[in-house]
Amino acid sequence: MADTTLLQIDNLKLHFKTGRGTVQAVDGVNFTLNANEAIVVVGESGCGKSSLAKAILRLLPRNVQEYSGKVYLNGRELMGLNDEEFRQQIRWIKMAMVPQAAMNALNPVLKVGDQVAEPMMVHFGVKKDEALAQAQKMFQHVGVPDDFIGRYAFELSGGMRQRVALAMSLVTTPDLIILDEPTSALDVLTQANIFNLLKRIKSQMATSFILITHDIATSSELADRAAVMYAGQIVEVSDAKTFYSEPHHPYSAKLMASVPKLRGNTIPDFIVGQPPSLINPPTGCRFAARCPKRFARCVEEPPVIQLDGNLVKCWLYA
Amino acid sequence: MTIEQDKVQQKIVMPKNDKPAKTDALLSVQDLRVHFELRKFGFGHAGYVKAVDGVSFELRHGSSIAIVGESGCGKTSLMKTILALYKPTAGHVIFDGKDLSLLKGGEIKKYRSEVGYVQQDPYGALAPFMSVQRILEEPLLINDVKDPAERAQRIAKVLEEVKMTPVNEFLPKFPHQLSGGQQQRVVIARAMILNPKLLVADEPVSMLDASVRVEILKLLQGLQEKYNLALIYVTHDLSTVRYFSERIFVMYAGQVIEKGEVDLLVNNPLHPYTYALLQGTSDPDAHNSTVMKEVPPGEPPSLVNPPAGCRFHPRCPKIIKGVCDIKVPPEFEPVPGQLTACWLYE
Repeated sequence: MADTTLLQIDNLKLHFKTGRGTVQAVDGVNFTLNANEAIVVVGESGCGKSSLAKAILRLLPRNVQEYSGKVYLNGRELMGLNDEEFRQQIRWIKMAMVPQAAMNALNPVLKVGDQVAEPMMVHFGVKKDEALAQAQKMFQHVGVPDDFIGRYAFELSGGMRQRVALAMSLVTTPDLIILDEPTSALDVLTQANIFNLLKRIKSQMATSFILITHDIATSSELADRAAVMYAGQIVEVSDAKTFYSEPHHPYSAKLMASVPKLRGNTIPDFIVGQPPSLINPPTGCRFAARCPKRFARCVEEPPVIQLDGNLVKCWLYA
Repeated sequence: MTIEQDKVQQKIVMPKNDKPAKTDALLSVQDLRVHFELRKFGFGHAGYVKAVDGVSFELRHGSSIAIVGESGCGKTSLMKTILALYKPTAGHVIFDGKDLSLLKGGEIKKYRSEVGYVQQDPYGALAPFMSVQRILEEPLLINDVKDPAERAQRIAKVLEEVKMTPVNEFLPKFPHQLSGGQQQRVVIARAMILNPKLLVADEPVSMLDASVRVEILKLLQGLQEKYNLALIYVTHDLSTVRYFSERIFVMYAGQVIEKGEVDLLVNNPLHPYTYALLQGTSDPDAHNSTVMKEVPPGEPPSLVNPPAGCRFHPRCPKIIKGVCDIKVPPEFEPVPGQLTACWLYE
């Protein structure tokens, strides 16, 4: 399976119309994802990472100004599909998502088993008992005790609810699961448990993952590769080894240096300044204003440079 | 054996000698217990939630401690009791020589002016309809600072202190016009404006981005050193504790199970639970994705009926059968400066 491209994204844009102007939340994003690979998308809040997830799954709000680019899944172009085709053929069948705070978004008046069974009934038209049996199997897979199938969300702990949300996305056995901050509200040991589970799913079910997070330390638990997002654009895509030890882009390096570490003696540092507004982002490199290594050329739009299979959008490597 | 256990519990809940011990520390917490009654249908008694169950520590002027534990371990209840928002069921909180539970109306107000509180969610902690100026002016008005010029001067000073300059630009702004980091600075400024002696920070950076986290923690640390503040830092994130506290207290199911100097505890955890917490905390490292983490099975116990003996024993990989599940472990000090309640170190 190695190195077959599962998902390819070309120049994806998602702009929103607001009272103050157009917010360029996702502005020309390119990356590819191989089968059975996990890529993490890291960045600060407001950099457009959740919008990227929504753009891939076409879960769009009403105030979209521009939605363009190409998305290929297993070689098939998806942007040409109409909304109904996309819903019937792609969403939750080929690609599913565990949205941010999914554990708190479970329906309080439905039993969790029914909620996990629902995608099977909607998308594959299976009977309820059959769907419930499938849900039961998924519960075993994600480590939720069998008898929880008849419980309600409030009877479950945070970690168990997160597992249920994961089971909901897994039940249709999609090729790709997008996880948006899957562990941000969980305790340390519960986080570790969820990541153990994700690793197991990845190796047993050959699922691919896009993990969207601002928590760089825990992102390394799942990452094969990492994409760094800044102000609506991806500034670096590197393999995990490069990214976590010596990232190329100055922003990635500063971001990495700001992570407090439990082991070792490096003292964390912070990044001076704030990310630019996405309404009128600066021309040229968007990080230039905060970059310690900026020089004259940074006022021009930086090119994307290939470095041993990794991509970096920075004039330093031109 | 269970009967003996019951006796121990009873003896502690109703101590005969209920006089607080003398202390010269700024804050002294002595065998503190905070229990909440559970009721059935509104009246029937259904037990107690023992949120804090026998916690003791001392804090001197200018020193900082971190309280680490998972949600539901009682760290917030402990903190709220220290802030005099909850009343202790048993035990004492002594601040500057005075027992908090004996304070009356005006004295509580004075006490609260000496303790600053930095909330977890800065946006939730700031009133959305108040400007930065009004937010910072309110504590001064409540505490009878009548001269407007003095108020303005103190507000300007505290904003400079939290590095929100130029001050005049920020004064008329509302919370939604500020970034998360700036909001948290306003919260810190508000906690600092009455010149407190003690600052209690409840997960002050958990809602912030990694790039600002360190900035806020460094700011807190700078203020602590400059004003010789005592600081209680409540968190679940062990990786930030290292740089910003002197001592760590690890809580599990309402009790402190290990305490010690930061470097000792992080480099050589004694209690199996502390070890598990440290193992569970990730550092950015590509190697992580290739290995599974060691996680103790199960979840923290209910605080209504915590397990007998050591409360961690049902999940502990190093359990000594016949000891850990029967007798409550006392504190041992196998390493000078590092204490743990675990039978392994008897």
